[in-house]
Amino acid sequence: MRQTLFRWLPQIALVILLALLLGWMGHNVLENMRGRGIHAGFDFLRDPAGFEIGEGLLDYDASQPLWRAFLTGTLNTLRVGLPAIVAATLLGALIGLGRLAEHPVPRKLCGALVETLRNIPLLLQLLMCYFALTSLLPEASEAIAPLPGFLLSKGGLFLPALDCTQTCMLDLPAAEGFGISGGWSLSPEFLAVLIALSLYSAVFIAEIVRGGIQSVSRGQIDAARALGLRPLQVLRVVIAPLALRAIVPPLGNQYLNLIKNSSLAVAVGYPELVSVANTSLNQTGRAFECIVIVMAVYLSLSLLTALLMNRYNTRVALRGTR
Amino acid sequence: MIPMIRFPRKRTIFWTLLAGALLWPIFSWAVLHAIWGADLEACRAARGVGACWGVIVEKHRLLFFGRYPFAEQWRPLIATLLIVAVLGLATWRRLWQPRFAVLALITLSIATLLMLGGLASLSFVPTKLWGGLPLTLLISLGSTLLAFPFAILLALGRRSRLPLLRQLCTLYIELVRGVPLISLLFMAAFLFPLLLPAQWRPDILPRVVFTIAAFAAAYLAEVIRGGLQAVPSGQYTAALAIGMTWWQATRHIVLPQALRTALPALVNSFVGIFKDSSLISIVSLHELTGALAISLGGDAEWRSFYLEGYLFIALIYWIFCYALSCSARRLESGLRY
Repeated sequence: MRQTLFRWLPQIALVILLALLLGWMGHNVLENMRGRGIHAGFDFLRDPAGFEIGEGLLDYDASQPLWRAFLTGTLNTLRVGLPAIVAATLLGALIGLGRLAEHPVPRKLCGALVETLRNIPLLLQLLMCYFALTSLLPEASEAIAPLPGFLLSKGGLFLPALDCTQTCMLDLPAAEGFGISGGWSLSPEFLAVLIALSLYSAVFIAEIVRGGIQSVSRGQIDAARALGLRPLQVLRVVIAPLALRAIVPPLGNQYLNLIKNSSLAVAVGYPELVSVANTSLNQTGRAFECIVIVMAVYLSLSLLTALLMNRYNTRVALRGTR
Repeated sequence: MIPMIRFPRKRTIFWTLLAGALLWPIFSWAVLHAIWGADLEACRAARGVGACWGVIVEKHRLLFFGRYPFAEQWRPLIATLLIVAVLGLATWRRLWQPRFAVLALITLSIATLLMLGGLASLSFVPTKLWGGLPLTLLISLGSTLLAFPFAILLALGRRSRLPLLRQLCTLYIELVRGVPLISLLFMAAFLFPLLLPAQWRPDILPRVVFTIAAFAAAYLAEVIRGGLQAVPSGQYTAALAIGMTWWQATRHIVLPQALRTALPALVNSFVGIFKDSSLISIVSLHELTGALAISLGGDAEWRSFYLEGYLFIALIYWIFCYALSCSARRLESGLRY
């Protein structure tokens, strides 16, 4: 009896203390908001937003309710996060393999790349990318064409797009006056976030890939070679399936980090969730509600990613070990 | 290291040419054609061909110390040197004892007091004028030290047999790790004033340090938990067998071993916090990244050489992070007895 009391009393006291602290803070929030003439609650989400969002997947304008603005922001987070995950995985695998190359030159180059990018804050890399894209590139009228049909300038990257309104045809971007018309445009903000996020995550993924491949025992590879498999076949048939087991769990963590890091896009004005929340926070003064929404969305994104990665992990994991 | 992917040796010429083609333009721009003096005309002429490192020469005081009063900048300089010395000592394993945390805390307080002033003959400098490298160092080291005891408690709590306590600690850790730091910093900037009574008006700097500490504690707690898991359970049982209480066993037997195992990972977490401290420029504190914005953003003449400024700041971050991760690697290799 005394044992049970001794176990539960401190815990109950801790919970009461926490509840008191939270209650006190909640009371303060209500008091402060009353002082500023704002009442709490999420009903403000139905009010017209009153600010424009530069780009997005939805039709959105300033007269639409605020929740549409938050939805546009969330979709923008995914719009840059998902391509960045794909790009970072591919680049990371390449750099990771490069670090294991037998020839010292690619090995040293990839090593230097990893050590450089890993030790510089992502925010700085993002700002650098954005500056390079908006200040060092030529004006839209003198856009450079890295590939035929692609135009790169201060206004962003213009890609050929498939236009299927009447008959399907390729819509090529062309310089027109001071701007570029036609094609599929990607803003410099989007590009900066995409490039910086992919590169930064790629070097972390490269280290995971390298560790995963190095965890494959030497005997497996020797055996595969003895069977007469070519080096690329060894990689594909023997190393990759074995290495994936060590790679997938930390890879999932990197994807979570990437999604969370996409919030830095607020620094270059790409209208993702945090940026939209920041604007609406400044406009409505609803600091508490806006921050709660941001946190809730990121938490659900994190949970979703963790769920998907766990699914995939059970598929690649050794049968019988889980 | 076991080289796994075979490239025939004879491709040396190909690889050398490729590396040369990649690195030569960078070398040519950054070294060969660079302008090293604060000469605006020469810089403009070399634009696109060579780097203008003159912008660093011209703006180095603003870059390093932000808007701190010019005549008083010896104070942040000494503060910076003090903190760098502590960081240097921290990578020395022999010094990793509880006493060292006290030393770090004292050094940090001296550095803060030196920057703040208002004592003896030092004039008072409000925190909104602080900036540059000393601010980055103060925030990252200050929040780590603040986070450390909290992280130990969280890690112990998450492994505790008491269900309510364990779930509370797990909830906190997972909640904080699930959201980006920037949303917490916005909380520090906008929500903290709402959470506290209207007459309390804490300065933005302690608010930010506190927030980063709360954020870092969740990550440090996971690292420490990893260290705790590596301690064989026999150690704990043996400690109880010789009559120690749970607290005594944890404090004298389990924690010292766990922290020693977790040390390399802890240093790596500090590198993460150091890099993350750049985010506070978004909530308008002028640490290194923010100091660049105030030194170049308002100057129409030098503004076009922003890239060189970014690279210089990146180099400062890189030196600190690389040195720290190297020492983490050295600590790790020393760990295999």
